[in-house]
Amino acid sequence: MSIRFELRAQPSKTMVWLSPIMAIALTCCVAMVIFALAGLEPVSALATFIFSPLADLYSVGELLIKAAPLILIAVGLAIGFRAGVWNVGGEGQLILGVIFGGFIALTYGPTGGIWVLPAMVVGGAIGGALWAGIPAFLRTHFNANEILTSLMLNYVAQLWLSYLIFGPWRDPAGFNFPQSAPLAPSALFPTLIDGTRANASILIALVAVGLGWALMSKSFVGFQLKVTGLSEGAAKYAGFSAKRAVWIGMLAGGVAAGIAGVGEIAGPLGQIFPTASPGYGYAAIIVAFLGRLNPIGILFSGLLMSLLYLSGDVAQMSLGLPSSITGLFQGTLLFFLLTADVLIHYRLALEPARPLYRREASNGL
Amino acid sequence: MPLPEADLGRQFRLELRGISKSYPAVRANDRIDLTVAPGEIHAVVGENGAGKSTLMKIIYGMVRPDAGDVLWNGRETQISSPAEAQRLGIGMVFQHFALFDTLTVAENIALALPEKLPLKTVATRIVEVASRYGLPVDPGRHIYTMSVGERQRVEIIRSLLQKPGLLIMDEPTSVLTPQAVDTLFVTLRELAADGCSILYISHKLDEIRALCERATILRGGKVTGVCDPRRESSNAMARMMIGAEIQAISSARTVTAGSERIAIRNLSLPASDPFGTTLSEISLSIRGGEVLGIAGVSGNGQQELLAALSGETVLADPKVITIDGKPAAHLDPRQRRAIGLSSVPEDRLGRGAIPSLPLSDNALLTNGGADSVRGGFIRLDKVKAFAERCIAEFGVRGGNADTPAGSLSGGNLQKFIVGREILQAPGVLVVAQPTWGVDVGAAIAIRQAILDLRAKGAAVLVISEELDELFEIADRIAVIAGGRLSASVPRGQFDRDAIGLSMSGQFAGSSTPPEASRVHSV
Repeated sequence: MSIRFELRAQPSKTMVWLSPIMAIALTCCVAMVIFALAGLEPVSALATFIFSPLADLYSVGELLIKAAPLILIAVGLAIGFRAGVWNVGGEGQLILGVIFGGFIALTYGPTGGIWVLPAMVVGGAIGGALWAGIPAFLRTHFNANEILTSLMLNYVAQLWLSYLIFGPWRDPAGFNFPQSAPLAPSALFPTLIDGTRANASILIALVAVGLGWALMSKSFVGFQLKVTGLSEGAAKYAGFSAKRAVWIGMLAGGVAAGIAGVGEIAGPLGQIFPTASPGYGYAAIIVAFLGRLNPIGILFSGLLMSLLYLSGDVAQMSLGLPSSITGLFQGTLLFFLLTADVLIHYRLALEPARPLYRREASNGL
Repeated sequence: MPLPEADLGRQFRLELRGISKSYPAVRANDRIDLTVAPGEIHAVVGENGAGKSTLMKIIYGMVRPDAGDVLWNGRETQISSPAEAQRLGIGMVFQHFALFDTLTVAENIALALPEKLPLKTVATRIVEVASRYGLPVDPGRHIYTMSVGERQRVEIIRSLLQKPGLLIMDEPTSVLTPQAVDTLFVTLRELAADGCSILYISHKLDEIRALCERATILRGGKVTGVCDPRRESSNAMARMMIGAEIQAISSARTVTAGSERIAIRNLSLPASDPFGTTLSEISLSIRGGEVLGIAGVSGNGQQELLAALSGETVLADPKVITIDGKPAAHLDPRQRRAIGLSSVPEDRLGRGAIPSLPLSDNALLTNGGADSVRGGFIRLDKVKAFAERCIAEFGVRGGNADTPAGSLSGGNLQKFIVGREILQAPGVLVVAQPTWGVDVGAAIAIRQAILDLRAKGAAVLVISEELDELFEIADRIAVIAGGRLSASVPRGQFDRDAIGLSMSGQFAGSSTPPEASRVHSV
C-alpha cells in the first residue's frame, strides 16, 4: 500500500477552514514537545502558555491592543495578496507611519489641539503609502519583483528611524537613551476601557475589517483584484488593469501599516523608540494567510497571533523560556498552515503498491 | 461485425479486454474491448469526453485501468509507465506537442531516447528515418523556427526512432493544412505497410474514411460500434458517435448586409515576444449581418489579431480600428465593450472564464456595466439573474449560477461564455475557435447562436482552424498566414484547395513573398 496525493475535482471548501485549525493543533503538539524537551510538564505548560495571558481584564486589554495593529495591517496586506501582489514590506511601511506620525506629534503635539491625532493618522497613512509606492512603481515600470523590493525597503526604513532617534529626535532630557521625548497628550489615542491600555486604535482595526470586507466581497474593484490574482489571462481579457491592481494592492497595505505605526507610538508606547514594532509587519503576513485573506477570518487570526505574543512574555516570566519562542511558534504555525493547505486541492488516497503515474502532462519525455 | 479477412488467423499486436477506468465524477472507460492487428490503421472515434484520451493514456502507461487486461503481441502485459510502453514498442504523438522551443530537433529527440547517445549519432538516425518515410527535417534546426506541421514531423520521427510496433496519433490533423494532411496520410500508410500498427484518434469522420481500415467508436466511455469506415457513410458513423441524428443548423441566408460595423485599416504590429507573430498590413471590414471567417493554421497571427481586436493589445493610432465608425484602437477591452465589441477567446479556462469562481462571478467578468455595478458595488441579484438567463437561454447543463465554471464540461462552459457575450447584444462579435474541443451538440448550438446574432444585424468575425466550420457559417472567408491576411472570398466561391494553399502562405495580394511565414508546405 502506498499513500499518494490525488487532485480533487474541486477545491475543498471544508479544508479551507479546517486547514488553519489543523495548523493550530499541530503547532500545539510541537509546542508541547518543546516544553517537554525543556523539562516542563507539557500539558500544563501549554495551558499556562495559552490561558494565562487571558487571566484578567488588563490582560484582555493587552490582547486587544496587540491584535489591533496585526489585524489592521493584515487586512491591508490581504487586499494585495488576493490580487497576487506580494507586499512583504509591511514592517517598513509601519516604520514610515511612525516617522511621519512622529514628526507631526513632536512638532505640533505640545502646542496643537485635537486635530493633532487625526493629522498623525493621515500623516502615517501617507508615509506608509509612499513607502509602498516605491515597490509598486518599480513593479509597474520595470517589472521588478515586489517581494524583493518591498522586503529590502524594510531595512532602509529601520535605518532611517534609527538615525532620527539616535540623532535629531533624541529626547534631550532622556539621559542619552535612544528615545524621543514623550508624546503630548493631544498626540495620544484615548483609552477605551478603564484600567487597561486598550485604546481607540482598536476601533480603527474594526473599521478596517468592515471596509476590507466591503471592498473584497461587495465591490467591483475587489472583484477585479480577485480576478487579477486568480487568472492574469482572464483579467487581461476582461480589461482589468494589472498595473492598477498592483497599485491598489500595494497602497492598501502601505496605508494600513502606516496607520498601525501611528497606533503604536500614539498608544502603548507614547514615545518613539528605534524598535517601534515587534515585527508586526511580518507577523501580519501570517495573520493574513491564517485568516484565509478574509477580513473576518483575519479578525480571529489576529487575536490568536496577539495571544502568541503575550504568551511569549508568559513563557519568559513563568516558564523560564526565552520570549523568542513566539517567533518560533509563529513560524511553525505558518509552516503547518501551508502544509495543510495542500489538502485544499489534493486529497490523500490509499492505493495498492504500484508505480505512480503523473496525472497530466507526463508526455513520456 | 465481420473483421477484414486479413486479420483472421493472425495474432493481434494489441488487444484490450474489458478495460474500465473511473474518475471521481465520471466513468471514463466502461468495459472497452479493442483489437489492433499488425500493420493496421485503426481509428478510435468519439466526441470529446467519450473516453478516447483515457484509453490512449492507459495504452501508453500513463493511467492504470481499474479493471481489464492488456495483451501485447498476445501476451498479457502490465504497462506501468510511458517508459515501459516505449520499451515494448508503443509510441505516441500528442495533440499538444511536448517539444522545447529553444532546443534543436536533435537535442529534443536525444532527450527522449532511453539511452544516451552522442548528438551526431542521433542526427544521423534522424536523417535515416526522415528520408525513409519522406519526413524531411534538419536535425540542427531550432524548434521555434518551425511550423506546426514540421513540429509534428519531429514528434513522429521521435516516436519512430524507437522502432514502434504501435504508433498512437492523437488528433494529428487539427493543426495541419489540407495539403499537409494528405502528406501525413502518405507517411502513415507507408508506416503501416512496414508492419507498424497505427491507432488514429479523431473526430473527423471524412479523414477516418480516407485513411483507416477499421474503426472503434466510443460514446460515454463505452464501445458503441466497430466498423469498416470505408464501407460506412459518415452519417451512420456519426449516429454511433453521437447517439442521435445530427441536427442541421438553420440559417436564414437571406439577411442583407447592412453598413460597416467594424474595420481594420493597415494594421501592422511587431511581435511582442520572440515566438510571436508579426502582423503586417492587415485590413478588413465587416458589415452588419455578415460573418467573416478567418482560416489559418494556428500560430500564424490569430492570437495577435484577436488581442488587437479585443483591446488586450492597445494601439497608438486610434483610427486603425473603427467600431461603427468610431476610432477604437486606443481603447481597452472594457471601453471597447462599452461601444459594442465583444470577444470570445479560444482559451476557455485560462482566459474566457475562471475555473474556481462560480458562473455568476464569471458572468460579471465581462458584464460589469451599469446594470451589474452601481456606485462601485456589485448588484449580486442582477448578476445572478444574468447568469441564470445565460444558463437558461443557451442550454447550459450541469450547473447553476453558484457552480464553479471549472466543473462544467467544455461544451457547456463554451455555451455559457458565448451566451454571456451574445446576451449583451454586441454590435460586433469576435470569436476565436468557437467550437474547439466542444461536443457536436454544443457546437451546433454555438454556431446557431452566432448565426442568430448575425440575423439581428451584428457583424461577426470567426477565427477558426476548422475549415468545415467556416464553410458552414461564414459569408466570406479570408486566410491568415505569416501575419498577413488574404483578400476574402465570398460564399459560393469557397474552394478547399485554394484556401489550403493560402494557409501555407501562398496568396495573391501580398506583393512581397511572405518570408516571415511560419508555415512551410509539408
